[in-house]
Amino acid sequence: MFTVTVHHYLVVSAILFSLGTIGVLTRRNAIVVFMCIELMLNGVNLSFIALSHFLGNMDGQVFVFFVMTVAAAEAAVGLALMIAFFKHKESIDVEDFNLLKW
Amino acid sequence: MYDKLWLIPFFPLLGCLINGLLGNKIKNEKIIGGIGTLAMVSSFVLSCKYFFQLLGDTVKTHEIVVASWITVGNLQVDWGFMIDPLTAVMLLVVSGVGSLIHLYSIGYMHGEEGYFRYFSYLNLFAFAMLMLVTGSNAVVMFIGWEGVGLCSYLLIGYYYHKKSASDAAKKAFVVNRIGDFGFLIGLFVLYWSLGSHGIWTTNFLEIGKNAHLLGMGSTVVTLVTLCFFLGCTGKSAQIPLYTWLPDAMEGPTPVSALIHAATMVTAGVYMIGRMNTLFALAPDTMMVVAVVGGVTAFFSATIGLAQNDIKRVLAYSTVSQLGYMFLAMGVGAFTAGIFHLMTHAFFKACLFLGSGSVIHAMHHAYHHAHLHDDAQDMRNMGGLRKKMPITFLTFLISTIAIAGIPGFSGFFSKDEILWWAFASTRGHVALWVLGAGAAGMTAFYMFRLVFMTFFGEQRTNAKAKDHVHESPLVITLPLMILGFLALIGGYVGIPHVMGHMVHIPNYFADFLAPVFAPTQELYHISAHGTAPAEFGLMGISVGIALCGIFLAYVMYIKNPALPGRFVASFTGLWRAVFNKWYVDEIYDALVVNPTKKFGTFCWKGFDVRVVDGIVNGVGKLINLFSNALRYTQTGFAHNYAMSMALGVVVILAFYVFR
Repeated sequence: MFTVTVHHYLVVSAILFSLGTIGVLTRRNAIVVFMCIELMLNGVNLSFIALSHFLGNMDGQVFVFFVMTVAAAEAAVGLALMIAFFKHKESIDVEDFNLLKW
Repeated sequence: MYDKLWLIPFFPLLGCLINGLLGNKIKNEKIIGGIGTLAMVSSFVLSCKYFFQLLGDTVKTHEIVVASWITVGNLQVDWGFMIDPLTAVMLLVVSGVGSLIHLYSIGYMHGEEGYFRYFSYLNLFAFAMLMLVTGSNAVVMFIGWEGVGLCSYLLIGYYYHKKSASDAAKKAFVVNRIGDFGFLIGLFVLYWSLGSHGIWTTNFLEIGKNAHLLGMGSTVVTLVTLCFFLGCTGKSAQIPLYTWLPDAMEGPTPVSALIHAATMVTAGVYMIGRMNTLFALAPDTMMVVAVVGGVTAFFSATIGLAQNDIKRVLAYSTVSQLGYMFLAMGVGAFTAGIFHLMTHAFFKACLFLGSGSVIHAMHHAYHHAHLHDDAQDMRNMGGLRKKMPITFLTFLISTIAIAGIPGFSGFFSKDEILWWAFASTRGHVALWVLGAGAAGMTAFYMFRLVFMTFFGEQRTNAKAKDHVHESPLVITLPLMILGFLALIGGYVGIPHVMGHMVHIPNYFADFLAPVFAPTQELYHISAHGTAPAEFGLMGISVGIALCGIFLAYVMYIKNPALPGRFVASFTGLWRAVFNKWYVDEIYDALVVNPTKKFGTFCWKGFDVRVVDGIVNGVGKLINLFSNALRYTQTGFAHNYAMSMALGVVVILAFYVFR
């Protein structure tokens, strides 16, 4: 019978994280970038949960709550920022937000 | 006993502070001048008290320590003051002549801008000079030594809006610094070399007691004394550092009288007297001192022959007379040197103040007639003896005194010096020749000055002619007192050979004996000779002086056309003398300009190019890098995220594949 070990969880977690990273680096729509960041966070969360279960230590699960809290706050602030950007530029393409440079 | 000794320099300091801080509020000239003069008179009264106390005392050297100043390792420097016969004489001269000149200044400086500043500086000078003569260790003395230099600078540059005055002040300061450098090096070497014998001290009494440890004629003692003598040449205007003194005449005339004739410039003579034990140990240095003194006396007298500015003649005469004092110190005639210092203070202060009185009158007359002629040029004077009888009389007495005519103060001191130069165990006949020659020239140029100023026809511009009149009492009173002292001041020190016949002891020498006699005995310094020889030399030098006077009479009274004819036939020589033997020009070419060039090189060549180049180069390099690197700051969040991700990958790769 095929048993699911901690390795499998970690592989899924790594795949989720990498997908998120690639999304952040390649997508232009700020909302999509934002969603990719959420994906990265969830990848990390998965590895936290898996390892917590595997090691029998609750710390990892507590950490996940913190991550989720931060993600929620981030979503609120991020969406507010994006609305402000949109009002200003009529666009939420990250390529258009390049004023802070040399 | 003498525990209030520190009050003597303190009074002028107090006067300086009051006038300096509150003077511009007081404004009243009488009060400002009164405070300054009162401070000096207080010092003089206290000096007199201690002088008479010292006369009756059996112990002649006293030291008081007010407070400890520096205590570091072996070095212990106190705020220490001392009094012995040498200091007592100096105290009387400095505070006495100083008081008279302060009094004189009240009248002379009347209406000048910055009246309170003048009195503040003058009091500060008196403070520094009194510190110099009362300090019981070389460091306290050095405060005074530097202080008088500073005040000299301030007072020469009193008319600072005049370029020539501020230049002269700077010159005096810089030249003095060279000498001060010698003083300091000498002090360091002395401290170190005595320290190597276990005596770590700067105290004069300790130095005097232990100087013999350094060894007779040893290299170190010669070096130390030569360094100290370099200090003397700066402060006391001897060859090679004398050039600042004639230029110092840019200051107000009372300043020339007090600082550049009577007191400050004698600091070097005093210093040698204070360290006589040290100098006696170095016959080579004493030889140098005597030769430099003799040559300076002769050389500057030649320059004095051809000057037309009344103060300049007196300035070169001062350099020449200081040369006499050093000649005396160099041949071991310490007492005679200090004696000449005292008599010179009387007659030269009187001469300078007299010239000030004349200049004051001339200036006043020109001012009255709305003319801008030179009030100091003797060619514009003449015949003033009827207009200014008191000035004339006191001036004449002092001139006779400086010329060394028997009966006047200068005769006693000068002939004592000449006798020692000839007969001392450390003297030489050549030194006597230099001194006697200088004496003849002194008599000539001083009487030339008197004849040109006070005799003959008045050559003043006709418009101003009748406005010349005698100065007020506040100016003539100090003249009369100083003239009187110039007349009788010599009788306290009648040479033994003359005093012996009339049974009058040499009070001055007896008084100073506790300071100098032990040294002279220990190192066999004495003048040997028979009475006829001494009288003979006296006769010769008086004869030379009389010849000088006669020559001046012939050239400037009897036959006024003669000087012109003389100049015409010896044009080259006359021009060289008139231009002070081009010494300033030679110094400019040899020292000043190369130094300036070196300074310019350091500035433009080294500082601007090398130092600034390095500093600016570092800045430019950083600028260059940042210019190249700033393009990484694209403003695209992507790029930052990418570089972060790549960074993470690189770091991970490093740890994985290490």
